[in-house]
Amino acid sequence: MSKIEYTSVQGKSPAYFGLLGTLGLFILAGLLAAYYMEHHGHHVTGMTNQIVWGLPHVFAIFLIVSASGALNVASIASVFSKKIYEPMARLSALLAVSLLAGGLVVLLLDLGRPDRLIIAMTHYNFKSIFAWNIILYSGFFVFVGAYLWTMMDHTVYGYKKYAGFFAFIWRLILTTGTGAIFGFLVARSTYDAAILAPMFVIMSFAYGLAIFILLLMATYKWTNMELGDAVLRRLRSLLGVFVAAVMYFTIVFHLTNIYETQHHGAEKFILLEGGIYTTVFWIGEIIIGGILPLLMIFAPGLKDNRNSLGLISAMVILGGLSKVYVTVIGGQAYPLEIFPGYEVSSSFYDGMTYSYSPSLPEFLLGLGGVAVALFLVVFALKALKFLPMSLSDKAVDPHAK
Amino acid sequence: MKKSENTTDTTATNASRRDFLAKAAVVGTVTIAPGVLLHQAARAATAEVEVEVVEVIELDAEPDKNTSRSTRPLDQEVSDKNRWGMLIDTNKCARGCTSCVDACNEANGLEGKTGPQDTQYIRKVTLKSKSTGHETSLPLMCQHCESAPCVDVCPTGASFIRADGIALVDRHICIGCRYCMMACPYKARSFVHEDIKNQKLSAPRGKGTVEACNLCVTRVDHGGLPACVEACTAENHNAMIFGDLKDPNSPISIELRKYGGKQLRSDLALNTGVRYQGLNE
Amino acid sequence: MPFPTVHEPKDESKKCIQPEDEMRRNHMKYILHERDETMHEGIRGEPEGLSNCIDCHVEPGDNGEIAGIESKEHFCNACHQYAAVQIDCFQCHADRPQKYIKRDEHSSSLHQQLQQTLAASETSAKGVNQ
Ligand code: SF4
Ligand code: SF4
Repeated sequence: MSKIEYTSVQGKSPAYFGLLGTLGLFILAGLLAAYYMEHHGHHVTGMTNQIVWGLPHVFAIFLIVSASGALNVASIASVFSKKIYEPMARLSALLAVSLLAGGLVVLLLDLGRPDRLIIAMTHYNFKSIFAWNIILYSGFFVFVGAYLWTMMDHTVYGYKKYAGFFAFIWRLILTTGTGAIFGFLVARSTYDAAILAPMFVIMSFAYGLAIFILLLMATYKWTNMELGDAVLRRLRSLLGVFVAAVMYFTIVFHLTNIYETQHHGAEKFILLEGGIYTTVFWIGEIIIGGILPLLMIFAPGLKDNRNSLGLISAMVILGGLSKVYVTVIGGQAYPLEIFPGYEVSSSFYDGMTYSYSPSLPEFLLGLGGVAVALFLVVFALKALKFLPMSLSDKAVDPHAK
Repeated sequence: MKKSENTTDTTATNASRRDFLAKAAVVGTVTIAPGVLLHQAARAATAEVEVEVVEVIELDAEPDKNTSRSTRPLDQEVSDKNRWGMLIDTNKCARGCTSCVDACNEANGLEGKTGPQDTQYIRKVTLKSKSTGHETSLPLMCQHCESAPCVDVCPTGASFIRADGIALVDRHICIGCRYCMMACPYKARSFVHEDIKNQKLSAPRGKGTVEACNLCVTRVDHGGLPACVEACTAENHNAMIFGDLKDPNSPISIELRKYGGKQLRSDLALNTGVRYQGLNE
Repeated sequence: MPFPTVHEPKDESKKCIQPEDEMRRNHMKYILHERDETMHEGIRGEPEGLSNCIDCHVEPGDNGEIAGIESKEHFCNACHQYAAVQIDCFQCHADRPQKYIKRDEHSSSLHQQLQQTLAASETSAKGVNQ
């Protein structure tokens, strides 16, 4: 087995500090937004008693889902013994924990009582999938942390295989759990589907990988290290498979809903009549997040075109955010059907489509979470050796032609 | 409509139990009407403590034939021997009448605002049948489900069903995640979006936590009725019956046995404590 | 910062449920215990409840006004500010006895408000339901 040499980024250039500083500013803005929201109450947000989860949850769920997917590269390397992915396993694990941390920060700071974090950690209702998620998230840090440790410390290198395996299993459970948060909302016809959980797993694969690709290309470009086409070719077609799988699940999801009579109203809402949600669904989720990337990934003319790969990844991310937006917000905007067979009205907005206009603090809080994730990555890249010296074609696979 | 809350300046100092009762009785001749229960006096009757009577929850004087009430001494735990519930006859519920809503707001210190971020424990819903065009109106509030989705999803256990069937939010441990609001099939819960001042003593509520109809648990514990039921009866609409679903002889049980009562979203099989009559298309 | 003086009830015949020393150290345990019993078991009116503390210890000052929880004249806040320990009770609970709670007159226009919303939502609901 050939030895892979790892390095850290030097992190002395003004550009490096500029990047850290910019991310720091975003984090600060996010924190200020959270403080503002907590001080005045959620009154200052666009969230209401009808749309109870808003933009922060879109960001948080996207980040958490992506976190699990970001671990993909590492899993493929250690669990499925694919050599070519091996050198990137560290970076993949690092990105995974960072994204999760970013997502959790957002989720936490959006609570009505973030000061009661300690209660969330000490009072468990074991029937609650949410409580299980808290455990799953903590476990993810532990398992991926251990996995990173086995990769980086040669005295425990022998355990790497096991650590990688557990991290792999754990992250599958984690994403299933995240999807189940919605799957358990049986009362809402927009969420009531068993397929949501596996769909979240597939979504995580795609979004996590897209973020990973962007990170990889940016890092190697800015550090002037070698990144060969062989690696990118692999990642590109892998992304294609994942995006196609997401599309497949999306189609099955909506087809089943169309098939089940009691979901007709909700389905019609998302697909045809939901106004902004219908637009975001078709343009964001389907076209930008699905069709265009697929066309570009498999377009022969764009093979080995790095700019196009960057664009594809960005589109997948945008499409992912759209999908989570439609799921979370669109799913709530459609009124609850408490009285089937009746037209309903009340002072509490029964029977109406709810409108939601996100406020600036919510947006800043969400961005703050993204910044936390990126800050952690950028910082860690300097602190420890995560990056293989070279990912040139020769380095990753000497036997390749 | 009766004022549901009253205050007196009664003081029982250094009193043994007997002294206390004597004093309360004296004061009673001044301000307290028959049937009135004292916020703390009921408890004082069973323990020798010194209390100052600060809040009088005035309950309607004559228990009417339509209700069964709690007789549990206040120093004893609630038990699952009772299950409190409500039966609402939509045929009797007057369109345009909001007495129950007003009474609820008054009893719980809500301001009665109806913006998208404002709390509503109970609301009047107007229904129009799509097939017959028949119009009905009914009050909708927390249905006090037995298998409550809000309880299942709550991560901290803040949402819980008390042994006697009343769904409550322990706002001491609610973290404000709003998952319960996502899960409730009846949109029964509200999140407190703003700082709150001047809460009522018997109805604490505050920013960042979730709240909902609590079946007027304080009043019920003191042997009273939920404010909405009382108001509806006072208006002579008599659309709401309150009582013990586990007592076969309570008016609510008898009525349910005779005429039945529908659960909203009965497909979810939540075994709600609030039932409706007259909801046929 | 001067050591806070505890507000003794004006009525000197009133006695606390425990000696001052004990209360100073352990009042939260009494309140917490009582809190959970009331909340979950429906046991009410025990002397250890928060509202009983408030009843005796929060009284109008010389100017006839009650000092609210933000003020360091308030019985609870006096010590808590001194000890720099945050109190989490009064976000929800009343900081004064019921008889001193001044609530705005209940909005009598609620009825009208409701009618308006009903009318408004009926028109918009029509658009949605079809
Ligand atoms: S109606 Fe909603 S809030 Fe009330 S018990 Fe049922 S699920 Fe919980
Ligand atoms: S908002 Fe409070 S009561 Fe509702 S689920 Fe979260 S912690 Fe439980």
